[in-house]
This record gives sequence, structure tokens and C-alpha cells, in this order.
Amino acid sequence: MPRTLAEKILLAHCDADDIAIGDLIMVRCDIVMANDVSGPVAFRAMAEMGIEKVFDPDKVIMVADHFMPAKDAVSAAQQRRLKEWSQAHGVHFYDQGRGGIEHTVMVEEGFVVPGAVVVGGDSHTCTHGALGAFGTGLGSTDIAAALAFGEFWQGVPATILVNITGEKRRFVTGKDIILAVIAQTGVAGGTDKVLEFVGPGAEALSIDERLAVANMAVEAGSETGIFPADETTRAYLEGRARTAWEPVRSDPGAEFAQTIQIDLDGLDPLIAMPHLPGNVERVADVTGKKIDQVYIGNCGNGTITDLRQAAEIFRGRTVHRDVRAIIVPASQRVYRQALDEGLLGVFVDAGLIVSTPTCGACFGGGNGVLAAGEAALTTTNRNFKGRMGSGEAEVHLANAWVAAAAAVAGEIVNPADVL
Amino acid sequence: MILSGNAVCVRGDNIDTDVLYPGSYLNTEDPQRMALFLFEGLDPKIREELVGDTVLVVDDNFGSGSSREHVPQAIRANGITCVVGKTFARIFYRNCFNLGVPAIVCPEASAAATKGSQITVDTAAGVVTVDGQAFQAKPIPPFMLDMLTAGGLVPWSRRRSA
Ligand code: SF4
Repeated sequence: MPRTLAEKILLAHCDADDIAIGDLIMVRCDIVMANDVSGPVAFRAMAEMGIEKVFDPDKVIMVADHFMPAKDAVSAAQQRRLKEWSQAHGVHFYDQGRGGIEHTVMVEEGFVVPGAVVVGGDSHTCTHGALGAFGTGLGSTDIAAALAFGEFWQGVPATILVNITGEKRRFVTGKDIILAVIAQTGVAGGTDKVLEFVGPGAEALSIDERLAVANMAVEAGSETGIFPADETTRAYLEGRARTAWEPVRSDPGAEFAQTIQIDLDGLDPLIAMPHLPGNVERVADVTGKKIDQVYIGNCGNGTITDLRQAAEIFRGRTVHRDVRAIIVPASQRVYRQALDEGLLGVFVDAGLIVSTPTCGACFGGGNGVLAAGEAALTTTNRNFKGRMGSGEAEVHLANAWVAAAAAVAGEIVNPADVL
Repeated sequence: MILSGNAVCVRGDNIDTDVLYPGSYLNTEDPQRMALFLFEGLDPKIREELVGDTVLVVDDNFGSGSSREHVPQAIRANGITCVVGKTFARIFYRNCFNLGVPAIVCPEASAAATKGSQITVDTAAGVVTVDGQAFQAKPIPPFMLDMLTAGGLVPWSRRRSA
């Protein structure tokens, strides 16, 4: 029977001889990740399970990124807890100044390979679908069981095929592709399903752009969003992957729950308006809205590609006097590369705050939260009420070109009108 | 397993885990402390309704967004015995079962319930009773029922490793 990519990965990671959509199976994990928020809650649950050792320390990664650097003494204690537990269990640990945002670190460090099952105590673990892995977010008790036994329970999901054709126009990025998808599925349309991104438009995307696309699969309610591995994936993993891998694809004739068409030739820069990622408009239709803060960063859009786009806008220009602009490289590696390429100097000269890699304000943790009545334009993935601080603030989601242009103009504008 | 309580209704679709438990309070692993911030970004006054055993009644795609288990942990720590809704977001749904506070999919029961309704859930039969009126819920698969009967994923895992 022809199978989808997701089914093939899950079948290879369970004891069942055959699986069908909706079956509950125990799935073996290749990587288990948690952070300073989800980790300590999981450690407590694992202790309550009476388990003292993790199933395989080499497959476990802990990343201190959410309240990093610690915003207060309580957060500092959480960081210490994460570090001490990690050292005691001999797992991979990325501390302040050593890693960055968890998903970026896992990808850069070669932990994620096509066909792997990656679970994380973070909903954006779907990001790892960019490399052809089944990456999915779990709560802390699930993570505790995964740390203990290397397994989690999972229903076999159906797949929505996203067929991307045409060529991206200027100022259109991976962010716009995924916003266009969510505009079609709605924020719950992907529930119990996987998004699979195919077609010439998908194959033409760089790994950075695939990361931005896969990152927001969960905003459609999906379990994960996967790009079948191809030559771009192979080139990225050359000399980086820590384990051997084989490309996996959906079989010809595999059944899909739905097919979504995205035509890049007709796609404009998009923006998710407050307070839902599915509240998508064309940037061109909402220009003129005043912006108090611009935030460029996060696990989907803090890549060197995003930083280069922003730098192109900020070079020789300055941040509008009524705007605070923050830029957050997603990892130490991205930070270092931006330094080498001279991008950080461009940002400093333009009047941005250049932050250390962190989740920070992306989830309202610190490092730039919003006051009541403020409007922000960010490259992050969620614009729920209160996500970045006050519940009375408004968050708009868009790509790095659009965010940087708004920082210069002080309002939502088409990037072409600034550059 | 029979669960019961008085209905506390939180209406609206796509209620996300950020409003249910805002990010700035995530720096704790203690469920008793988590209990203090449930509904903080939505309406903190809802917490005053959580007296005795309660059943949380919700609409569509409840618990969307973040995987933060602080939400169902705080739900459990506040004496909510189960959640009855139209549909749930995936990670929130799993988290609830893992913690032994099931998320029951039953659109009719959700629609029928009002503040203070007497609700009883028979998890094995998949029946939700609202003020004496019975509704059929989406069946709970055997594995999840087994885990629930054990008390959640922690006791289930303890049993597994014994
Ligand atoms: S950058 Fe934002 S979305 Fe990504 S893991 Fe951190 S808090 Fe979550």
C-alpha cells in the first residue's frame, strides 16, 4: 500500500507491522529535547515515575534559551536546575553563550536528519520538518516518559499536501508561504494532520526558508510540517549530520486528506494581524498602521538569511525615532556569522538593539516586552493576546523585509517603498 | 472512571495557552504555584469560580499554541476534574490525558452546559451527563483509557518500569 512520508517515518519507528491513520502507536525517538521552561517540569515527572536514568544520554539535548539570560532570581534557579540535571545525566547541554534558540541549535549542530523522529518540550519542534524529520512538540510529562523510555504515544496522522509552484517575487519569503497556507487551513485545520511541502516552489527554498515554513505548521494546528529531503538538504547536512540518513518521500499514489495549492507567482508579502496567526492580510492592504516596536528574531526567522534581508534595508538608514527595534540572531553561530559579514555594525548604526540569542520577548519572557496600547511588528510566529507582554498590546507577524521596513518608516509599509 | 463537578464555562474558539497561562509566569516547576496564574491573560476572576470539584466547559480548538504543560497542571491543581469541549488543540489534548484530567470531545454537552451545571463524565462509556441529560462523547481509545485509569502517564510509566 502506498504510504505518505509521515507514515513511513512512523512505521520505521514503531513495533507495529502495519499502521493506519488514527492508530495509536508507541513511537521511538531519535532525539529528545527540552528547555529551561519544559525541562524542569519534565525532570520532576520523571522522578515521580521512579526513573533515574535517561534512555540514551547521547539522544538527549537540553537548551537554556527561554528566560536566558535570566530575568530574575527564580529564572536563574531554573537555569541552574537545567544545567545540574543535564550534567548529572550526561546529556548534551547548551548553556548561555554556547548555543542559542533550541531549534536552531539542534539543526545547526547536526542532530536533526531526514527520516528521524525528533520530540521536544516545545510546540515549535515541528521546525525540524525542514530537514525531512518528523519533529513534534510535546508537554513535559510526555517528555519525561520519552527521556525515560525513548518513546511517546502518537496517533498516526493524515497528511495535507501543500503543492508550491511558481517563483517567489522580491520581498516574498518562506514566512509568506506559511502564512498563505494558514490563511487557507485556518488555525485548527491541520489538527491531527501533517503538512507536507512539495513542488518546484518548495524544492527551490533554502534550508533557512524551509525552517521558517515548517516552524509555523503548529499554527495550523498540525503535528508537524515536512519537506522531503533533497539535494539542498544533502548539501546542508554534508559534514554536519551526526548520524547516517536516507532520504524518505511519500510513495506515488499515497493518499492525502487534502491538497493545498500555493502559487508563488501571485504571492505578495503577507502579515498576520492581531490576535491570530490565521488572521492574514496582504501587507499592501494594511499600510499606514503605526508601529511602536519591531522585533526580528525567533526560531523560525532569526536566521542569517533574515538578518541579511534586514541589513539590506537598514544599511544607510535609521530606525524611526518613535520605534524601538530589536534584532535577535537565533544562535551563537548566526551571531558570529552576522559579525563576520558586518551586519551587526549596520544594525548598531541604524539604532537597533542587537540582542544575544534568546527566546526572550518572543514569548513575553523578557528582553523587550510590550506595554498596553503598543503595536509591534515581528518576525515571530504567534500574535496571541499577551504573547509579547501586555494583553492590551497588538502583535503583527511578517517577514524580515517587512519588519525592517516598518522600523524605518514607523508604520506598516511595503518594503519596496523604503528600499 | 466517573468524573464529576460543577460547570465553569470558558467560551470562545481558539483560546490559546498564552492567555490561559502567560509566558512570564513559566519560570516554575511547582504545580501549586502554577495554580495561581490559570486564566491570568484571559480573566483572572474565573479562578474565583473554581470552588470544589469543577468541570471546565469550552468551545472549539481550546488550548491552541504552546506546549506549556503549566496550563493542564494548573487546571489539575485547581480541582478541575476534566475538560469538556467541542474540539481541542493537539498538544493540550495529550497533556490533559497525560495528567489524568481528560479532555472530552462532546460538542452537544459543551453547548448544553451553563455556569454551575452538574456534569458527570463516564470515560469508559463515553457518556457526558449535563443536568441529567446524557450525550455521547467521542470514544477514548483503549490505550488512553488505560493510561487515564492508571491516573495518567506518570503512574502508567511507574507501572511500566516496575
Ligand atoms: S523563539 Fe519563540 S517560538 Fe521559538 S522556541 Fe523560543 S519562545 Fe518558542
